[in-house]
Amino acid sequence: MAAPLTLLLIVAVTIRAVLFRSSLAELIPERVEVVSPLNAWKRVVEGLALLDLGVSPYAGDVFHEVSPLSIPLNESNPSIHPSIMADALTAVALYLAVKDYNKTVFRKQKYALEAERYPLDCLELIRTPKEMYYIPLKVAMFYLLNPFTILSCVAKSTCGLNNAVIALFILCTVKGSSLMSAIFLALATYQSIYPLTLFAPALLYLLQRLYIPVNWQRSSFWLFTTQYTFMYLGSLCVMVCLSFFLLSSWDFLSSVYGFILSVPDLTPNIGLFWYFFAEMFEHFRLFFICVFQINVFFYTIPLSIKLKEHPIFLIFMQIAIISIFKSYPTVGDIALYMAFLPAWNHLYRFLRNIFLVSVVLLACSALFPVLWHLWIYAGSANSNFYYAITLLFNVAQILLVSDYFYAYLRREHHLTHGLYLKRKDGSEATLVLK
Amino acid sequence: MILISTYYEHGCDKVAHVSDTKKTLDDPPPPPEKDRFQEELDTDFLRGNKVSHYQLFPKSLGQVILKFSVSELHISFTQGYWRTMQWGQPFLLSPPGAELWVWFQDTVTDVDIAWKELTNVLSGIFCASLNFIDSTNTPLGVGNVTDQRFLRSAVLPREIVCTENLTPWKKLLPCGAKTGLAVLMNSEKFFHSSFYSQALHITPVCQDWQCERGLSSFKWSLFKMFSRTLLLTEACPLAFSSKVYVDVTDNPQVSNLTLATPLLSQAVVLEDRRTYSVYDLTNQATFGQTRSLNMLLRWRAAENMLRPLLHGERYVAGYGLQKGEIHTLVYNHHTYRAFPVLLLDTVPWYLRLYIHTLTAPASVATTNPVSYIHYQPSKDRLQPHLLEMLVQLPPNSVTEVTVQFERALLKWTEYTPDPNHGFYVGSSVISALMHSVVAMDTNSTQERRFSAESSYFMWVYTEPLLVNLPTPDFSMPYNVICLTCTVMAVGYGSLYKLLTRTFQVEELGIRPFQCLLRRKQSIFCRFQWGEFTARRGSRSQQAVIYL
Repeated sequence: MAAPLTLLLIVAVTIRAVLFRSSLAELIPERVEVVSPLNAWKRVVEGLALLDLGVSPYAGDVFHEVSPLSIPLNESNPSIHPSIMADALTAVALYLAVKDYNKTVFRKQKYALEAERYPLDCLELIRTPKEMYYIPLKVAMFYLLNPFTILSCVAKSTCGLNNAVIALFILCTVKGSSLMSAIFLALATYQSIYPLTLFAPALLYLLQRLYIPVNWQRSSFWLFTTQYTFMYLGSLCVMVCLSFFLLSSWDFLSSVYGFILSVPDLTPNIGLFWYFFAEMFEHFRLFFICVFQINVFFYTIPLSIKLKEHPIFLIFMQIAIISIFKSYPTVGDIALYMAFLPAWNHLYRFLRNIFLVSVVLLACSALFPVLWHLWIYAGSANSNFYYAITLLFNVAQILLVSDYFYAYLRREHHLTHGLYLKRKDGSEATLVLK
Repeated sequence: MILISTYYEHGCDKVAHVSDTKKTLDDPPPPPEKDRFQEELDTDFLRGNKVSHYQLFPKSLGQVILKFSVSELHISFTQGYWRTMQWGQPFLLSPPGAELWVWFQDTVTDVDIAWKELTNVLSGIFCASLNFIDSTNTPLGVGNVTDQRFLRSAVLPREIVCTENLTPWKKLLPCGAKTGLAVLMNSEKFFHSSFYSQALHITPVCQDWQCERGLSSFKWSLFKMFSRTLLLTEACPLAFSSKVYVDVTDNPQVSNLTLATPLLSQAVVLEDRRTYSVYDLTNQATFGQTRSLNMLLRWRAAENMLRPLLHGERYVAGYGLQKGEIHTLVYNHHTYRAFPVLLLDTVPWYLRLYIHTLTAPASVATTNPVSYIHYQPSKDRLQPHLLEMLVQLPPNSVTEVTVQFERALLKWTEYTPDPNHGFYVGSSVISALMHSVVAMDTNSTQERRFSAESSYFMWVYTEPLLVNLPTPDFSMPYNVICLTCTVMAVGYGSLYKLLTRTFQVEELGIRPFQCLLRRKQSIFCRFQWGEFTARRGSRSQQAVIYL
């Protein structure tokens, strides 16, 4: 499988290199759908220019990156830009992770089949090695050839770097190395706070891998949990202290984390925050900031309880929720969770809204630049048009994620209770959620 | 140019006269007339920290200065923009809008609180909206002076000057609105002019080398262009000296209708040797038999008007509401001398400047005209950008400095009542230390005002800018809150349902079309309540797979 992957990487790098040298390379970094105040390359360059002038980059309100990651990026015109390398790294990491995960899934399925835990009529739901063979390549392809990823890469947005770190974290978790997983998770949290929610699925997966049951009374559970927590918190502290020593001030805490949490910049993007807080009554601003930020974090515990046997799907759900509900989302964040969709190919028969959702997503992606142009340049539309498309885009994403969740749960139900269900009178049954 | 000057001295009872001038013009279209009225008052404010003589100086200002420990204050209200290229160099320039510069004394403990209170008090004295001055338009760290923490400055380019500001200004004059110059100040005529500026300058004059105890010099100046039809027959009796200066350098033909003979004096103003005919109003002969002074000036078309050496222009380039560029053009009209200028820009926080895009195209003489940059970035909603650059100007050239910016979307409460009018950006200041080759003139008694030193400090203001920002829809706060919360609720609802409910086989096997049949039957059987309610109860469990 190395050869198709290499071919895919070459094709992806070629596309990106071609776009870098075209005239689109000046247009794309200006698009608000692709870059946000948090990860725009222009702001990184501005922060470094401020450093050259002797002013701290966090003195103004223009630079919101954590410093050590952006300083090595200031190579003037390298032959391969770091964002292309980050994309390639992400694709390879996702490839290896999904490959390993598929092996785990297949092994578990084999044990369950041997133990005859599956009802006889759901054998068509069993996954075969043949169908699972091309899934890692498809995942890498979905990530590399996704237009959202390509746009994000050509814009040199640091979202590519964030995705690379999260992909490496997933790889280390799937491989079972808890130290590296903790370090990469700490790095991802250090860049933007939201990957904190990925702590629970990582912990669940590692426990599962070590055959430690999730039981409050077991000491082995607590031992491993404390071990992992300390590794994670320790790496996070080390990184924060390194940042402090780099610029000898704690300014970056309010400039980066304070900025992410308090949303002072209302530049339009594809998320829900900007227009909401542009039109918010001042009196309620703090309350709604808290509500919106808690909204990202509070799905973790219920989802972890429901999906504790399926941590990788939980990671997918968490990444999707972060991408939809974070304060400054961009299309690069969406590309990361969309890369996982080929891994759930087997759920296709249970998806209910996939056609509607994909059509809405395509239409909204096409309408974003049109309505932006009409508002900002033509002056014939106003901000409501762009906001409406934002709402629709986010509703479509929410429907996509909940659809996949429904399909996953339904397949699990069928695997335990049988595929063709009959009612007491023998007629065909339908399933409802009650 | 006509200058009317009245000089008051503290404690003297000299009587002086101020007269008015009337001008008529023959050649259409007439070049603009320029008039400047200046009053100067010297008084000792620091003696005993108490001022007791308020007959010449207004008590309101005196108390303000003492209370806030102000050492130097400059306030000006200007309407219009002085076109240096067409009208030459003015005496004292001020930017459009309201400008306030204050140096506090060392004894002030909290400068920010004193600044805030001072602006509010001054807005009351001058009937101007100086209370809009807050930290968002007061750049900190202006200049590289050592005592910059005692310096505060702010510009309100949106401030309009009108009769409301003129009336309290007139009241501050020693003679008030009764005699003297108050008669000249007809607001109806004033505000028809292309440029109008009124200013108050309070500067310390050092008495000893340590500058501990000194006089304070107060100057009011009124710089205006208008055509007046009023005559003034009486001067303010408190004035020590009162003169009318008519600049006749370019137009030597001045005739006086009242047959007074003017003195001709020469003075050097800003590198330019100019000739003035002086009418001394303390001399009764000036007034003649009609007891008034009238003047007729005939202008030729300004052919060889001396161009000012330093000139600045500024404009916004780009299209759309997302980003733009500020271009500042600095003209050096000196034929052979190159000199550096300091360009000071205060840009509000909602135009996010990108200092790495600052470009100044290289010319033949210098590789990079910008040799030094002091930049203080803005903080959202707290302080504006402060950009100071040292630009080397080659002789006889135009230097263009460009910087890109991004326009921010503000909260709906932060927009002005007319948001599509745009937001003003205050003028940038181009200042230079110019060398003068003209010898000092010792004849004129007013040489203090027309000082010609070996080098003199001059500054030029550029135009203020008007930029449009993208606006949200102001009628939508409730709708936006509802719609966004709906989307959040869609997410919450979907996930809640999938998390808290499990799959179950539905109990009753009624197919959808049978459900419809039953519904039709129930409409006809609506009188049979028991059956109807029973059926309604059963229908609630029917098979509808829903989200």
